[in-house]
Amino acid sequence: MADWDSDKPGRDPYGSNLTEAPAVDARRTQEVVEEIVETGAKPLGLWADTWRRLKRNKLALVGLGIIIVFLCVGTVETVFYQAHWHVRSSPDTRANQRVPGYLAPYDPNEVNYALSPQGIGSPPSWKHLFGADFLGRDVLSRVLIATRIAMLVGIIAVAIALALGLLLGPISGYYGGAVDSVIMRIADIFFAFPYILFVLLIMSVLGQGFQNVFIAIGVLGWASFARIVRGQILSVKSMEYVEAARAQGAGDLRIIFRHVLPNSMAPVYVAVAMAIGGAIATEAALSYLGIGVQPPNSSWGLMIAESVEYLAAGNWWWLLFPSLALVATVFGFISFGNGLRDATDPKLKE
Amino acid sequence: MADHLLEVKDLSTYFFTHAGVVKAVNGVSFTLDRNETIGIVGESGSGKTVAAMSLLGLIPDPPGKVVEGALMLGDRDLRTMSDEEMRSVRGNDIAMIFQDPMTSLNPVMKVGKQVAEAIILHQKKSKSEARRMAIEALARVGIPDAPKRAEQYPFEFSGGMRQRVMIAMAVSSNPDVLIADEPTTALDVTIQAQILDVISEMQAQFDSGVILITHDLGVIAEVADKVMVMYGGRTVEYGPIDEIFYNSHHPYTWGLLSSLPRLDASQKARLTPIKGQPPNLLLLPEGCPFVGRCPYELQQCRGEWPPEEAGGPAHGVHCWLPADQRLALRAALPQFRESAA
Repeated sequence: MADWDSDKPGRDPYGSNLTEAPAVDARRTQEVVEEIVETGAKPLGLWADTWRRLKRNKLALVGLGIIIVFLCVGTVETVFYQAHWHVRSSPDTRANQRVPGYLAPYDPNEVNYALSPQGIGSPPSWKHLFGADFLGRDVLSRVLIATRIAMLVGIIAVAIALALGLLLGPISGYYGGAVDSVIMRIADIFFAFPYILFVLLIMSVLGQGFQNVFIAIGVLGWASFARIVRGQILSVKSMEYVEAARAQGAGDLRIIFRHVLPNSMAPVYVAVAMAIGGAIATEAALSYLGIGVQPPNSSWGLMIAESVEYLAAGNWWWLLFPSLALVATVFGFISFGNGLRDATDPKLKE
Repeated sequence: MADHLLEVKDLSTYFFTHAGVVKAVNGVSFTLDRNETIGIVGESGSGKTVAAMSLLGLIPDPPGKVVEGALMLGDRDLRTMSDEEMRSVRGNDIAMIFQDPMTSLNPVMKVGKQVAEAIILHQKKSKSEARRMAIEALARVGIPDAPKRAEQYPFEFSGGMRQRVMIAMAVSSNPDVLIADEPTTALDVTIQAQILDVISEMQAQFDSGVILITHDLGVIAEVADKVMVMYGGRTVEYGPIDEIFYNSHHPYTWGLLSSLPRLDASQKARLTPIKGQPPNLLLLPEGCPFVGRCPYELQQCRGEWPPEEAGGPAHGVHCWLPADQRLALRAALPQFRESAA
């Protein structure tokens, strides 16, 4: 038996008398436990954790706010535009000027020469907050209705690009070898072309019209998504849980789409936010160049293009407001995307 | 009818790399019966895991290839199976528990769903039924409050609990053979015994054969019925557990046993490590891979791989040392002096 405590009888090696130690206050312990449970000592999930860090980034929150506002405007316009178009154009509704649920105060395409006496529009007034353009059309209404196009382009074009990228990227990254080389060399070709020139090329093949803008921007965007996804998958596919899934007898498709892809998505969400901003800017550029949205339909880029010719006459209002809308939207998506990237980057955890 | 649940004969798995041929597993044979546990022991790089992966057909090809040997699961030959058949064997007939439970679960999928997935893969069950079975499986491996835990993500589980989840997944389809690749290496010692208990319980429940891969002889002593000692891709010695621990014939096995701490040794006694490094598998000698580290090396050790000799009942050893000399050398080792006394 151990004999180390018998050579120094009566001496407490820790210098304290244990019998007088205060009894544990059971009630307090209980309180502490309850407090921990209530304040959610439970670890945060990926999204909750991301949101917690995103909340601290003011710029990203501003971006998110802008995105939400423009998305709402775009949605309202999309839903009510077609439904009320004929109602607005009919003489009875023109009398009381308001159609429920429709944000634009005037018909965006309504020509009113009274507002453009010298053919150069009229400056902002209380009736026409953003002024009127050379045909006397209300600029505010046109900016609002153009939001619909901008949001549609952003979402649909990026959805097309994402779908292609999420199909080709995983195949490329997971199978590797010749398949990978072929897909990635094609992606390189897409990257090598000057972007706007490539869009122009596709538009000239498809013809003008705003549905074709979606397709052109979408088809061109796949390469960057495919690259991001491929890179992620290269690192995720060697994880042990992928090996474990294989050892369970899971097939390739199940492994790619159930195990590998969901773990590769974080940077993709960021890229999506950025790409929407980019797609909106590209649509504006195409419309500015005259191959995107066609008059009399309205688009920010188109409005900017129209206004530039009249700038010498000093009618700043119909250049400024569409430009502001465009800049705000692109800024919103990019700053939100930036914030999202910082928030999902584990290396930047405080 | 086949004699054994699993019979591996002369398995050789090589990796053909730019630097040369790596003979990761070289002529390994063993058998496994129901309710039996075989321990495969050896250092890192001795071919334990590659042998197990060969059974599952999960050797990455290229560069790896099972070049030789028969892998019989009952009457079925694993080597001639199509990819499709092999997939149905994995997880269903042969399941595997991985070493590191922290990285072996998909981090973005709820635990219950992962177990349910494993069930749906091999059994025709509806989603809700698979879910119910998954919760049962989690409860069976000793996860408290299983219905609630099934709704959580892997990061909300501790290492030991995750390993239980891995076991639940592995046994969900009632596999004949359960391969546990260092199942306790990444765990706290206090949890190790629990996990070994769970594996043994599952084995008893499903009448499975277990292949336990480890470098921890303590784990082997606790659960294995027989042991295979691997070195440099070769089986240097195999036999029933008592034979290996008390009547081992190979200098490498002695080395492993001498490097273990013992409760009955004096406090001053130092552990005896095996000198040197495991061999480079690219530069394996023609003969015994243990040459260079073996203190009793003979001339013919470098030339040729020694034939199998009997060391006792169901006990085989590959060593050029003459049997009487081996026993004399062993008797001189402190480890064996004490156990003999």
